[in-house]
Amino acid sequence: MGSPHDYDDIPGTTVFDAQRARQGYHLNMFCMSLMKAENRAAFKANERAYLDGWPMTEQQKQAVLARDWNRMIALGGNIYFLAKLFFSDQKSFQYVAAIMTGKTQEEYAQMMLQGGRPVRGNRYRREWAKKGGKASKTRADSHG
Amino acid sequence: MARIIGGVTTSHVPAIGAALDNGKSGEPYWKKVFDGYEFSKQWIRKAKPDVILLVYNDHASAFSLDIIPTFALGCAAEFPIADEGWGPRPVPKVIGHPELAAHIAQSVILDEFDLTIVNKMDVDHGLTVPLSLMYGQPKEWPCKVIPLPVNVVVYPPPTAHRCYQLGKALRKAIRSYPENLRVVVFGTGGMSHQLQGPRAGLINSEYDRKFLELMTKSPNKLARITHLELLRETGSEGIELVMWLIMRGTLDAKVREVHRFYHVPASNTAVGHLILENLK
Repeated sequence: MGSPHDYDDIPGTTVFDAQRARQGYHLNMFCMSLMKAENRAAFKANERAYLDGWPMTEQQKQAVLARDWNRMIALGGNIYFLAKLFFSDQKSFQYVAAIMTGKTQEEYAQMMLQGGRPVRGNRYRREWAKKGGKASKTRADSHG
Repeated sequence: MARIIGGVTTSHVPAIGAALDNGKSGEPYWKKVFDGYEFSKQWIRKAKPDVILLVYNDHASAFSLDIIPTFALGCAAEFPIADEGWGPRPVPKVIGHPELAAHIAQSVILDEFDLTIVNKMDVDHGLTVPLSLMYGQPKEWPCKVIPLPVNVVVYPPPTAHRCYQLGKALRKAIRSYPENLRVVVFGTGGMSHQLQGPRAGLINSEYDRKFLELMTKSPNKLARITHLELLRETGSEGIELVMWLIMRGTLDAKVREVHRFYHVPASNTAVGHLILENLK
């Protein structure tokens, strides 16, 4: 999609550029509407009906209903806009980050307590390709 | 004349605000974060700024995808606390300094930095968490605050170099204001963190520590860092670090580092904090 960028070779990362801001405009604006208590209530009462009030794609709506965060990002969502949705669900950035990385809450929290995901082995897509598309998860396996 | 006393850098992790608001600041996990700011609370009590120029980024609270200003300046008399989805943080509303803000806007725009003037704006955790870290939980904030939001949400943010140069223009603007005001400048956000996608949780302590070191001694080197390097080395949200350069540009070339704190983790993020003072 669109012209290539120097940041395309960073693994597991979607840079929210102007083009993605266009693609995800309605998805993100829906999320932002949840900053109003009355909108949160209407959304909670009937999520599908509330979503149908927005000119989003069906794929975007399904991703919201499924709370499929990586899918929402792929469809133009931005994490700070999506935050309005997971804050409305009473969830935190860490809760959603764990899901996006395919970890349990405990595993993710433990990774952060141990210093976070190391940068080594996680700078370039080619580094992930060698490991079958997987991130270097711990300090130990980044040196392995 | 108005005088810049010093500068503060700090991360602005929303979970830090939530920990404080929900009475969890004494829990071991959070105490390690708040302990790093004990000195800072004493420092700012003594520094007694009349005004804080607070550089931060709005997190899709005041600015939607409709209008995305690269640099904006809050010129209003007051700024309500944003409802980010769980209700507004229980903190005092932010009182502005419209006269100084108007002076700054006029000065830097004529200096070729085309800020967007904002007269109505809610402020989110990006602005309120740094105030909470420095002042705790007062009934009213003890000083006035001029918000300076920078776009780091939609790529590309302004370059590190542009931010550093804007800082220098702000310095000139503040120092030419005729009233005797004590001003402290905050540069917030960072340090390394990535909140999205399969690489979420990225932390680069080695890079962060070097960044902290260079803030005091060689800001020129930091001003040459590219966005690609920040994205790769510090995570997709670590790019917020460009905002620290705005603060640094408002200070003298030579500064005294009076406090440094670094801690991993606060939620998904490496917390970095500096207090720098002008030598005279």
